[in-house]
Amino acid sequence: MNLTVNAGAIVHAAEGGAIPVVHPGAADGVFSYLWLIIALPLAGAVVLLLGGALAPRALDRVGHWIGTATVAGSFVLSLAMFVALLGRDEEERQVGQQLYTWFQAGGLDVGMDLLYDPLSALFLLLITGVGALIHVYSIGYMEHDARRRRFFGYLNLFVAAMLVLVLSANFLGLFLGWEGVGLASYLLIGFWQHKHSAAAAAKKAFIINRVGDIGLSLAIALMFATFGTTDFAAISATTGEVGEGTLTALGLLLLLGACGKSAQVPLQAWLLDAMEGPTPVSALIHAATMVTAGVYLVVRSNFIFDLAPIAQTAVVVVATVTLLWGAILGCAKDDIKKALAGSTMSQIGYMMLAAGLGPAGYPFAIFHLLTHGFFKANMFLGAGSVMHGMDDDVDMRHYGALRTYMPVTFLTFAMGYLAIIGFPGFSGFWSKDKIIETALADNLVVGLLALLGAGITGFYMTRLMLMTFFGQKRWAEGVHPHESPRIMTVPLIVLAALSVLGGVLLLGDFVVDFLAPVTGVAEHHEPPLPPIVITVIVTLVVAAGVAAAWFLVGKRDVPREAPQDVSFAVRAARADLYGDAINDGLVVRPGRGLVDGLTTFDRVGVDGVVEGGSAAVGGISGLLRRSQNGFVRSYALSLLGGALLVVLALLAVNLA
Amino acid sequence: MAFWILAPIMVVAALGILFVRKAVHAALLLAVVMIGLAVLYAVLEAPFLFAVQIIVYTGAILMLFLFVLMLVGVDASDSVVETIRGQRALATVLGLLLGLVLVTGFSQLALGTAVGMEEANRGGNIEQLANVLFSRYVFAFEATSALLITAAIGAMVLAHRERLTPKAGQAALAAQRMRDYSESGKHLGPLPSPGVYARHNAVDTPALLPDGTASEASVSRVLAARGTVRSAPAYADDIDEVRRQLGAGRADQPVDGTADATDPARMPEQSGKAGAPATTEEDVKTTPGRSSSPPLRSSAEQRPGDPA
Amino acid sequence: MTQYIVLSAILFTIGCVGVLTRRNAIVVFMCVELMLNACNLALVTFAKQHGNLDGQVAAFFVMVVAAAEVVIGLAIIMTIFRTRRSASVDDASLLKY
Repeated sequence: MNLTVNAGAIVHAAEGGAIPVVHPGAADGVFSYLWLIIALPLAGAVVLLLGGALAPRALDRVGHWIGTATVAGSFVLSLAMFVALLGRDEEERQVGQQLYTWFQAGGLDVGMDLLYDPLSALFLLLITGVGALIHVYSIGYMEHDARRRRFFGYLNLFVAAMLVLVLSANFLGLFLGWEGVGLASYLLIGFWQHKHSAAAAAKKAFIINRVGDIGLSLAIALMFATFGTTDFAAISATTGEVGEGTLTALGLLLLLGACGKSAQVPLQAWLLDAMEGPTPVSALIHAATMVTAGVYLVVRSNFIFDLAPIAQTAVVVVATVTLLWGAILGCAKDDIKKALAGSTMSQIGYMMLAAGLGPAGYPFAIFHLLTHGFFKANMFLGAGSVMHGMDDDVDMRHYGALRTYMPVTFLTFAMGYLAIIGFPGFSGFWSKDKIIETALADNLVVGLLALLGAGITGFYMTRLMLMTFFGQKRWAEGVHPHESPRIMTVPLIVLAALSVLGGVLLLGDFVVDFLAPVTGVAEHHEPPLPPIVITVIVTLVVAAGVAAAWFLVGKRDVPREAPQDVSFAVRAARADLYGDAINDGLVVRPGRGLVDGLTTFDRVGVDGVVEGGSAAVGGISGLLRRSQNGFVRSYALSLLGGALLVVLALLAVNLA
Repeated sequence: MAFWILAPIMVVAALGILFVRKAVHAALLLAVVMIGLAVLYAVLEAPFLFAVQIIVYTGAILMLFLFVLMLVGVDASDSVVETIRGQRALATVLGLLLGLVLVTGFSQLALGTAVGMEEANRGGNIEQLANVLFSRYVFAFEATSALLITAAIGAMVLAHRERLTPKAGQAALAAQRMRDYSESGKHLGPLPSPGVYARHNAVDTPALLPDGTASEASVSRVLAARGTVRSAPAYADDIDEVRRQLGAGRADQPVDGTADATDPARMPEQSGKAGAPATTEEDVKTTPGRSSSPPLRSSAEQRPGDPA
Repeated sequence: MTQYIVLSAILFTIGCVGVLTRRNAIVVFMCVELMLNACNLALVTFAKQHGNLDGQVAAFFVMVVAAAEVVIGLAIIMTIFRTRRSASVDDASLLKY
């Protein structure tokens, strides 16, 4: 690790316009415990998953506390480091820790190196903080599950992998974490694998993620071929010397990886199905942390994307399509978790949009990522709480009028609701408003589409809210809604508070300045309208969405069964905008056809050649063996023939 | 001149080997060729080889052949019918071709005047051969001796048959015969002797069963293979002829079996050969399986006169 | 002396054809002996032609080897006959496809 801090480079970066170079300093003081942040949940996972052989009873009794404690410990460490980081000068806010050489193969020398900088710091807080809260919540939520210890082991494994992802100082380490969270996601989506749908959803998520992972691994291979290394530091220092074509290819490959992990449009189909997992999993992995890894990847690779405008454009296009796609899905789903999942997809679209806008958008992408982590985790946990009270029924058409039966859940959920639609003053208001503003400044069409997305967000969240907590009781027989136990409501309250107050991060442009050493400083673009006017317009559009929901849902009776005589648009949205059909038509069926063709070719062509060759040899041999008839006299005859030939040859030679 | 006399004889004899049906004849023809060769050796001033050719080849080796022929007996392979398709035609064509090429080739040779053996045989052919054999060819000679010893041992090994089961005693054989009879109805008593027939008791004439058919078990397998078995009924048919031969003067005698059975003069052939009490035709017809052959035999293979 | 060689060739050829056409193993063997003897004749002829004894010695060796060969060959024929009840060379045709 480079121990000397090249302050000049960072100062240069901070001056604006230039792309900052990753340049970590030595890990000292509290930062020397950086490895412990990963090691704690990893140790928890090992103990919980493998320790069952030694003391199953005892571990079943205290396992969930071990799992929670390790993540909480990581959170405390993260907080301490964050404070320590704030205490440093801006130039020294990058800390590297070299643990050991992971592997060395030819010219590829990969160390297990950690990088702690402002970006990682924020992610650490989000992952360990929200993670710890969700662990606490899970203690109550999974109380009656016989395999709770295993669940916590998987959760710890996920947290550890996610921490590796955001702390690694090179792309290969990032990839390790990337695959680790993919594995944990697979295990947790399919946690109730006795349900066929859960097992299928886990496989679907895993396989679609593989497509994205191919992009990421190809990108890493290309990096090695181009730069000879995968270290952030080395690559960020030399991107300027590489042709734009290579960088564009890198950017597009990274985008493919991000699309897979963050459920962006071509690879979005797995996220809604992933809701088959337990609700805390949906909250932690499929809302707050893992699915935002794609955003992290784009922001972390800013030194590549900043020099590859085509790739950036691709990011923006994908993000815009996704944010509308997810929002439309959210409007039609009756399954509360799937509606939230559509919302998640849409919100990640916002983040990706911001990330695609370059240095001006990076801080807001991360900012929205944080606030979204708060309020979406809040709402997922709230939805889990509602399901807990409604006997695991997820259909919103079977809810209604729950606000008086679950006051804490309702209030905390409402905080999340107000945050996500962007009610003035709540966290989502600040973050989304900034993204739309930046988008408008960059490209009017994209900005308007983002604005439209905000309106749709207002609509579908209001619809969800009204169907769940207001209106008539539409409960199933024998359901007695009740408030969840304290251990579940306390995390809700904390997250609700964060949802409300998350906006403080923007006070005095704190996030922007804090992240500047990582993301660089943007040139100032003047938006087409004054910011205050944009804010008003956004608020009005959201209000229109809310009003539309009020008139379409709130003022009418909600039928217990989903009406079938609906417009084409609703049918399409209910069918995930035919995402599965598209995948089926574009990939699965041609793939199957290709495989069928290949197997036919293999059977007829390759096997035909091989077996035909063997059959030909066999046939010729069968004919030839006839000469081996076992009769000595036949052999003697051929002997005589040979002798005669020799004699004739001698004669010919002598006469010639 | 000896050559021009002997050469045609040898060629004809050699050709005879190709065409005679019986192996014994082939062996005798081979003996002719070898003796001819021996004479030619003498002509070619090789008296030692002349002697060896007679003694070793004609004397020992050919006798060995005959001995084995005796052991093996007559066989269907004696047949000159070809069984491999095209073998004979191809062999003939190729053989003729080879002969043609060799003969024409060798007749072109101009050998010049022969040196003759006077010089080489000075002091005696055998002594000179011994000189060469025990000097220049001594190692080959020793090797030959090793070869001979090996051949002797090999012949012993090949001819030796390991006895895997204890030798069956007379009691065991008798018990076995009884068992065979009870299980498969195999004939219990001694096999019928051939020629138990009033008119003809030669070894190639089968005995007659009560129903008048010939008993195959009563003639040697070798004779059957050669096809020289005579048909008993054929003799029965020309009984008139026999009677005429016996004397027309006794024509008043009836032929229906009422004749005096004890008159040996009426059946001279039979009474002379079989040494059995004279019987009438009637007796023969009613007791055809009657045996006058002596000892017990366990199987047909052990019949005397089996190998030709 | 040429006539001796020609006679030797004729006898050799007859032996050849005999090996190829006869089926009785013993007769086949006799034909082999005929071929050996034909060779011996040629050897002895050459000895006289060149006036030294090497040809006769070679013929002597051929005889010795032929004797050994006959002993072993006839023993083999006996063994085969003992197990297969046949002296036909065509019957011993198991070593085939």
